[in-house]
Amino acid sequence: MGGNCSAPFGTGEASFGVRQCHSTDFEVHRNWLAITHNLPVSQWYYEATSEWTLDYPPFFAWFEYALSHVAKYFDQEMLVIQNLNYSSQATVFFQRLSVIFTDILFVYAAHECCKYVNGKRPGKELLEKPMFVLAVLLLWNFGLLIVDHIHFQYNGFLFGLMLLSVARLFQKRHLEGALLFAVLLHFKHIYIYVAPAYCVYLLRSYCFTANRADGSLKWSSFSFLRITSLGLIVCLVSALSLGPFAVLGQLPQVISRLFPFKRGLCHAYWAPNFWALYNAVDKTLAVVGIKYKFLDPEKIPKASMTGGLVQEFQHTVLPSVTPLATLICTFISILPSVFCLWFKPQGPRGFLQCLILCALSSFMFGWHVHEKAILLAILPLSLLSVESPKRAGIYLILTTTGHFALFPLLFTPPEITTKILLMLLFTVYSFSSLRALFRKEGPLLNWLETIYLIELVPLEIFCEIVFPLTPWNLKFPFIPLLLTSVYCALGITYAWLKLYVSVLTESVTVRQKAE
Amino acid sequence: MEKWSLMTITVLLGLIVRWTVSFGSYSGAGKPPMYGDYEAQRHWQEVTYNLPIKQWYFNTSDNNLQYWGLDYPPLTAYHSLLCAYVAKLINPDWIALHTSRGYESQPHKLFMRATVLIADLLVYIPAVILYCCYLKETSTKKKIASALCILLYPGLILIDYGHFHLGFALWGVLFLSYNWDLLGSLAFCLAVNYKQMELYHSLPFFCYLLGKCCQKGLTGKGLVLLIKIAFTVVASFAICWLPFCTEVEQILQVLRRLFPIDRGLFEDKVANIWCSLSVLIKIKNVMSPQTQLKLSFAFTFLTLLPACIKLTLQPSLRRFKFALVSCALSFFLFSFQVHEKSILLVSIPVCLMINEIPLMCTWFLLVSTFSMLPALILDGLLLDYVVTTLAFLTVCATSFSIFEKTSEEDLQLKSLSLSIRAYIPSFKAFPKIIKSLFIVSVTLMGILTSMSATLNPPQKLPDLFPVSVSVVSCLHFLFFLMYFNAIVLWDSRNGRNQKKIN
Repeated sequence: MGGNCSAPFGTGEASFGVRQCHSTDFEVHRNWLAITHNLPVSQWYYEATSEWTLDYPPFFAWFEYALSHVAKYFDQEMLVIQNLNYSSQATVFFQRLSVIFTDILFVYAAHECCKYVNGKRPGKELLEKPMFVLAVLLLWNFGLLIVDHIHFQYNGFLFGLMLLSVARLFQKRHLEGALLFAVLLHFKHIYIYVAPAYCVYLLRSYCFTANRADGSLKWSSFSFLRITSLGLIVCLVSALSLGPFAVLGQLPQVISRLFPFKRGLCHAYWAPNFWALYNAVDKTLAVVGIKYKFLDPEKIPKASMTGGLVQEFQHTVLPSVTPLATLICTFISILPSVFCLWFKPQGPRGFLQCLILCALSSFMFGWHVHEKAILLAILPLSLLSVESPKRAGIYLILTTTGHFALFPLLFTPPEITTKILLMLLFTVYSFSSLRALFRKEGPLLNWLETIYLIELVPLEIFCEIVFPLTPWNLKFPFIPLLLTSVYCALGITYAWLKLYVSVLTESVTVRQKAE
Repeated sequence: MEKWSLMTITVLLGLIVRWTVSFGSYSGAGKPPMYGDYEAQRHWQEVTYNLPIKQWYFNTSDNNLQYWGLDYPPLTAYHSLLCAYVAKLINPDWIALHTSRGYESQPHKLFMRATVLIADLLVYIPAVILYCCYLKETSTKKKIASALCILLYPGLILIDYGHFHLGFALWGVLFLSYNWDLLGSLAFCLAVNYKQMELYHSLPFFCYLLGKCCQKGLTGKGLVLLIKIAFTVVASFAICWLPFCTEVEQILQVLRRLFPIDRGLFEDKVANIWCSLSVLIKIKNVMSPQTQLKLSFAFTFLTLLPACIKLTLQPSLRRFKFALVSCALSFFLFSFQVHEKSILLVSIPVCLMINEIPLMCTWFLLVSTFSMLPALILDGLLLDYVVTTLAFLTVCATSFSIFEKTSEEDLQLKSLSLSIRAYIPSFKAFPKIIKSLFIVSVTLMGILTSMSATLNPPQKLPDLFPVSVSVVSCLHFLFFLMYFNAIVLWDSRNGRNQKKIN
């Protein structure tokens, strides 16, 4: 019930997004509306009039197609492919409205998840109930608000699908959960980051119907029926989605659009993951090397990694990173959590932990990761944060740094104030509500973590206010981005490691207790 | 959750809503030759920066009073001057004499909005927070809820000029509630010197302080207090008007600009008695301007006298706050040359009582925002209006459970209904009447809003919607006038015997 109170606020706040200036994402989606509306299916993944070609899986294309039929009542002109960068008031209004409307699914999913929160003590006041806190943390999530409503994407309803599938797994409605996830995967393929968690969990805890007394695998309880039904669901969904394109022989083209490996290791602004730290170390070593004459300046490529262009390039001192290398690193980093889920399943909660770790690990080591992908880990972690103080501490670090890393997305003067106010709002709320929830357990963060988070304030002041006024701004315009990225990468890496350690040690204790 | 964190969150929410709304369209955007209030504010910066003080209020070749001449007291002018200095640092083109007329650009809009936000942050918001924090006999939850509701009041958000005058008036009330009478008078004088419409509140301040002095005994302490207050008032006025005190002509000209008696009984569509009556009788044609002036004065004073007399005889803080509302409302309904945005002068005192009579206050605040609908539509703020009003209604409804608390006690009508029951023993209908009226009223406002937004008025009656909005609001305001007067007049409690209202 508490969740339902905060839903209108989220929507209300979001509808103010109608006011803000729009980003390139806006044009991207307008273009997709036009493409799906005007062209036959066979041309969807070939159309390239605009630079923003269709690079989401087919279900999303069908979704845009459905939207385009409503769009024509708002402004016919937006559906003309040639109208590049068309943005009349009606167009903006319609687009924003569609995001707000699809967020209803997110609200519903949050509502479902709130039912499974394991609140240890019933709070006397509404504000201190874990359910209410979770509802606000999900619905007013700063990252989601600015990415969806100020920038422009449909992450709200996609995360809604994911959270709903998680909720269904909590409710032991495994087939529905699997179906929802399969559908989600064909809406936006980034969710493949968390597919291992789903696969392993469904295999281990659903296909094997029973465990032995000590909790380990009982091979004889394997249910062919269940695995067949799961397989059927996945195949059916894939057939629905990719089938038409397979028939037309366009699969390679679709795949190449979905996975554009031509783009570089990092985005123009480095996502705060391991590779950001890697790049920073590489750059530092290069600078130090040139200064102390270890390196020959002639041999170093001129192109700067943070020049703002998305391209492939080589590292100077450390070995260059290929897509295969990132894949291997990601694979190795998710192995422990997956093993944990297989050998020591702890039910849906264990699955959720594994999901978060998969998302985080993929974020840390993935190829061409966007900083928005941190939301993939933050939102599910909210579910765990209201249950235990340890998770709450990790959540606070991850959320604050992850959200701070999203700051460079909004850089025009009006947006700067908005983002600072919203960030303050969310941070103050998350800290004070989680602290109130776990008042009896002591402080959630130790002094080192607190200092790290407080240092974000001077960093922000330096990057946004001080630096633009200095002469270095012209020579090294990328310094603020670099600093933000590296500083946040430290925090996110720390949170990731801490979460990993706590999950692994917990499962060890569970195993010891069982023995 | 701790109080300070909840308050911070409330303030942040208030700021976010204000900032996001302020990025909408503004009044007069892209509408030459006169533009709108935004251009007026910019023009005053231009005038005050470039011209010497002697010329600010006079019609000269450099200062064309027809084009948004200064018509607020000196403090507004000084504030514009201060903003102009800042503007000069950023971009002198914004205030260049003559050439900057109609200047519109994104950075300039940002600058103007920032000055408004900072003004609010420095004066209005702290006053609200402090007022709510120090409310007596209320739980923390109610204090936070009051602060949130006041900060989310749509009227003030949608009409965004720096509301210094309301902020100072609020500080005045705050100081008076601590019995710091001199500071309270000082704050109120500053408010009056900011916008002359604050005079709507002057009678309650005067009567309350006079009543307090009388209570203390006019020969002893009371007289001392009276003299001190008088001195404070005179001193503050003198300081504000100092540059103009050199010549009598200066003072007279300023007064002429502040009180444009020759502009007629009303302009445009206001939710005012005279405007509403003019639907039936064309008052402007029937009576001469002198008679109109006398008539409006007569009605205004007639309607506010009872409350003021009671306040003087039995001063209490509670009665003072209710009198603020009823006097300002009388002025709004019956006075001369009332601007539709003057309803804010009534809304702010109503906000102060939101934790005592949530249902009626919420209702009034909704109607007050609704009464400004035609102006808001003209300024392109319809969407903001709808969203902020719905948000406000939701917040008030959930924080104060207004639909459950409708007993006579909650509506502060116990004394009145007791008196009525002396004549009609079975009269218990207040709660039901008020509840049903509320629902009818909100529905009506919703319908009128959607009609104004979507339909085109018929050819013969082009002003149908603004006039209906004004007439409906006027009827509501008359009802509220009676209600608030009833509370003041039948209120037999003094400050100390208040029961716990929660």
